[in-house]
Amino acid sequence: MESIGLGTEFVTFSLTPILIGVLAAVACALPGNFLILRKQALIGDAISHVVLPGIVVAFLITGQVTTWPMMIGAAGASLVAVGLITLIRRLGRIEAGAAMGVTFTTLFALGVLLLEQSDTSAVHLDVEHALYGNLESLIWFSGVSWASLADPAALADLPPELVRMAAVAAAITALIILFWRPLKISTFDESFARTLGMNVGLLDLGIITLAAIAAVAAFDAVGSIIVIAMFICPPAAARLMTNRLECQVWWSVLFAALSAVGGYVLAGYGPGWFGSDMSVSAAGMIATLSGLILGVACLFAPHRLRVGASAVA
Amino acid sequence: MSGFYAFLDALFLQANYNATLVAVGAALLGLASGSVGAFLFLRKRALVSDAVAHATLPGIGIAFIVMVAFGGSGRSLAGLLIGSTLTAGLGLFLVDWITQRTRLAEDAAIGAVLSVFFGFGIVLLTLIQTMASGQQAGLEGFLLGSTAGMLFEDALIIAVGGALAVLAVLVLRRPMALVAFDVGYAETLGINTRRVDMAMMGLVMAVTVIGLKIVGLILIVAMLIIPPATARFWTERTEWVIGLAAISGGMAAYLGAAISAAAADLPTGPIIVLVSAAFFGLSLFFAPGRGIVAAILRRRRFQLRVHLRQGLLALAHGEKILEPLTLSVLLRNGFIRADGVATESGRALAAKTLRDEKRWDIARRLHKDDAVASRYDGLTPIEAVLTEDEIAEIDVRLGPPQMVVP
Repeated sequence: MESIGLGTEFVTFSLTPILIGVLAAVACALPGNFLILRKQALIGDAISHVVLPGIVVAFLITGQVTTWPMMIGAAGASLVAVGLITLIRRLGRIEAGAAMGVTFTTLFALGVLLLEQSDTSAVHLDVEHALYGNLESLIWFSGVSWASLADPAALADLPPELVRMAAVAAAITALIILFWRPLKISTFDESFARTLGMNVGLLDLGIITLAAIAAVAAFDAVGSIIVIAMFICPPAAARLMTNRLECQVWWSVLFAALSAVGGYVLAGYGPGWFGSDMSVSAAGMIATLSGLILGVACLFAPHRLRVGASAVA
Repeated sequence: MSGFYAFLDALFLQANYNATLVAVGAALLGLASGSVGAFLFLRKRALVSDAVAHATLPGIGIAFIVMVAFGGSGRSLAGLLIGSTLTAGLGLFLVDWITQRTRLAEDAAIGAVLSVFFGFGIVLLTLIQTMASGQQAGLEGFLLGSTAGMLFEDALIIAVGGALAVLAVLVLRRPMALVAFDVGYAETLGINTRRVDMAMMGLVMAVTVIGLKIVGLILIVAMLIIPPATARFWTERTEWVIGLAAISGGMAAYLGAAISAAAADLPTGPIIVLVSAAFFGLSLFFAPGRGIVAAILRRRRFQLRVHLRQGLLALAHGEKILEPLTLSVLLRNGFIRADGVATESGRALAAKTLRDEKRWDIARRLHKDDAVASRYDGLTPIEAVLTEDEIAEIDVRLGPPQMVVP
């Protein structure tokens, strides 16, 4: 494979996957900041597992693999999962982690069983796809050169995933900016938020819904595994960089974008540097890179220790 | 119908040799994972197992590559399992290290480890697919488990591994139960809790690795989490949670393996998880004490007692009762007639209830600062709290009983 050039081929084959990867990563990392601080990091894990039964049920009902029914199915499954977790916690008096474990494994198992039972041979729907997506295939056929960016006809042919992901990322950003103050206050001091008259329960549900929207929009393009990694790794690394929430969010966006671009490039071109003509999973590589960033942050970031812990623990 | 007979065959170990071995192996695995999971559950660390399970994937990939590099086919289950144990151990170590050495909470550490290790595992799997010997490696089977076409040696590894894990749980159950129940207490008994925790995590890893081939790494955590959560509904005692979790885990795995042997498109792992989930659902609803139905019945009984008491007091005071539930409770017990007039027995009990209430009035004034006053809930008869002598003393102040006139 030839070396990385930012020429024609890059525009056709790599520009849109990289953009989609970055948008998906940022869309997940933004709500991830709040999940991490609220000790709800694994809600993201649970949601991304139940996406599978959601899309399978949507397929069984509509009989085809189209975007909107799948999205609605996945979103419905996330809501069902969150409801079940709450039900098991409250009525069964079972600790949150175990309630989550029971719920998402059961729903995932149901999804796999339904998939095996239904005739999906004619359509592209399988567990692997839901897990690690297919970022590499989201190419821009009409994007023949950089000039295509100014060509309305070519722009109309952009992969719909890009448009969708951009819209979702923009919506999530807007919502977080709009509700910044209540979100921040209720995350750090729930009882204070309550005395200010905020509806803490509703904000809680709002954050989880936001995470579910990000997960559902992203899984289609990049698969569940990136979704979980991006919910947790960039915000966790960012948390070790600063004590201010504003800075943490910026750091997390930076780390998410870095992981997405770096991971895609490493997966696509990395093996070529060793003289091999193959490529590896971009989704897996993006998750790996986000983990490496978190690892470096754990070792060297300025605010990595708990307040009060000695530096040479 | 043939499917049902195939199910019965598998259930009574009459199916082919491999299916039988898979069912026995699954049952042993279920026993071990249920009891090991119970310790995790009681330590409130259930989801650590999820990180361990996902962290096995890169180990499988690395082991395959290493075995191929040394000229093997890379398919030896033992070799793959050793590789997966190594990375699972590394994942576990990282979860603990991140939780202890940085300010990130355990849930963030779990999520980070599981997603990054899994992502790296996927990178290795795609790498292997491009290798000449990797085309039919079938490593994807470890994601969701695959028992179809399992080799005899593989089934044997699972059965023996499951049996060893059960044995280890039996040997270690006392110290592990003590630590799971109360860490501080276990320490005062001179138990090295760190070492016990490590043994517990070692068993979690063992069970996970043994289960990879049957259930797959995404769903193996279900075998560690669901049975203890099920068992918890039936008992308040630590040892019983562990025992019941083992039984329900073993039964779910055995039944699941038998059901999946009955038809081609019933994948073993998901079926085992769903059988286990069915046990959980039944317990959530119908367990005595902690179950939802029991809770609803308890609430209903309480409600009826309150209405009966208030209805009798209303009769005693000659007040008109309008509340439909109160009326129906009194009617059902024969304390009023259909037209709302109190019966003989109703008047008698109303008088007694009124007297009880008056006695309580005085008792609460007498024992103002006592525990007695706090026992008043408007339902407990005073005889349950005070002695006859004390009641007689109250009665002196109260005067003789009064009739309730119709």
